[in-house]
Amino acid sequence: MELTPADRRLLDALEGGLPLVSRPYAVLGERAGLDEAEVTRRLAALQAAGVVKRLGLVVRHHEIGYRANAMTVMDVPDDQVDAVGERLTRAADVTLCYRRPRRLPDWPYNLFAMVHGREREAVLARIDELLAEHGLADLPHAVLFSTRRFKQRGARYRAEAA
Amino acid sequence: MDATDRRIVAGLQGGFPLCPRPYAEAARALGLDEDELIRRLARLVETGVLSRFGPLFNVEAMGGTYILAAMAVPEDAFDRVTELVNAHVEVAHNYEREHLLNMWFVVAAETPERAEAVLAEIAAETGIEVLSMPKLEEYFVGLRLQP
Repeated sequence: MELTPADRRLLDALEGGLPLVSRPYAVLGERAGLDEAEVTRRLAALQAAGVVKRLGLVVRHHEIGYRANAMTVMDVPDDQVDAVGERLTRAADVTLCYRRPRRLPDWPYNLFAMVHGREREAVLARIDELLAEHGLADLPHAVLFSTRRFKQRGARYRAEAA
Repeated sequence: MDATDRRIVAGLQGGFPLCPRPYAEAARALGLDEDELIRRLARLVETGVLSRFGPLFNVEAMGGTYILAAMAVPEDAFDRVTELVNAHVEVAHNYEREHLLNMWFVVAAETPERAEAVLAEIAAETGIEVLSMPKLEEYFVGLRLQP
């Protein structure tokens, strides 16, 4: 989507979040030089185009009890990786699944699946189950739990603006 | 977080109304009044349960790009390297993970060239190789967490 100058002013106004006041779109409009109806119309268009994925909560997983965040990585033969990736997405506890390049020799894995859960032991058991269900247990794989998080703010819409 | 907060977090993950008084409308669906919803959201942001209330941007829809990158950082340099990496505004999040490659972060930038340039800057500043792992295929993106 090609952003208009008005869209950019609106996204600038929105960058810190939606104002926590009764008429937030009117406040955004004041900042962006648009009226309230124009703000909601443009936001609807930006959401339809996927520039704004959604409005609402940006939750920190850890703070709502999902303390075990496991990046599960596998070395899947190239001709099977798409099929395996598609299948893994059907598991309810897989929240993200990507194919990425291997970086040999340090990194032989090409399929990444994020699994979130409340407790580490339960997440590990669930990953074992998933691998077994999909006949992947014999493939080289690793589970990388996060131990610390330093930054989680999501993407800025215009990285060079700050 | 009490039961009402959990209801708010579960109820608002899917989106937010685009009408003149969206908090009032969202509050109605949650059985709250407008003031209470606004007050509770402000507190959830203040206490860090929410990193933000508002938009989730997708830079890819504007021609931008995300790149996942990994580094093997020596334990005694970890704090220093963390500071150098996080100082880049393009770094959207950064996790320490249990592996020889122990620092994993995502760079979000307007163009793939800019994202690669940030990775090169980080490698130069830290003296540590940065492995770039852009996504080649995405099989699913979703959020189905129930607080």
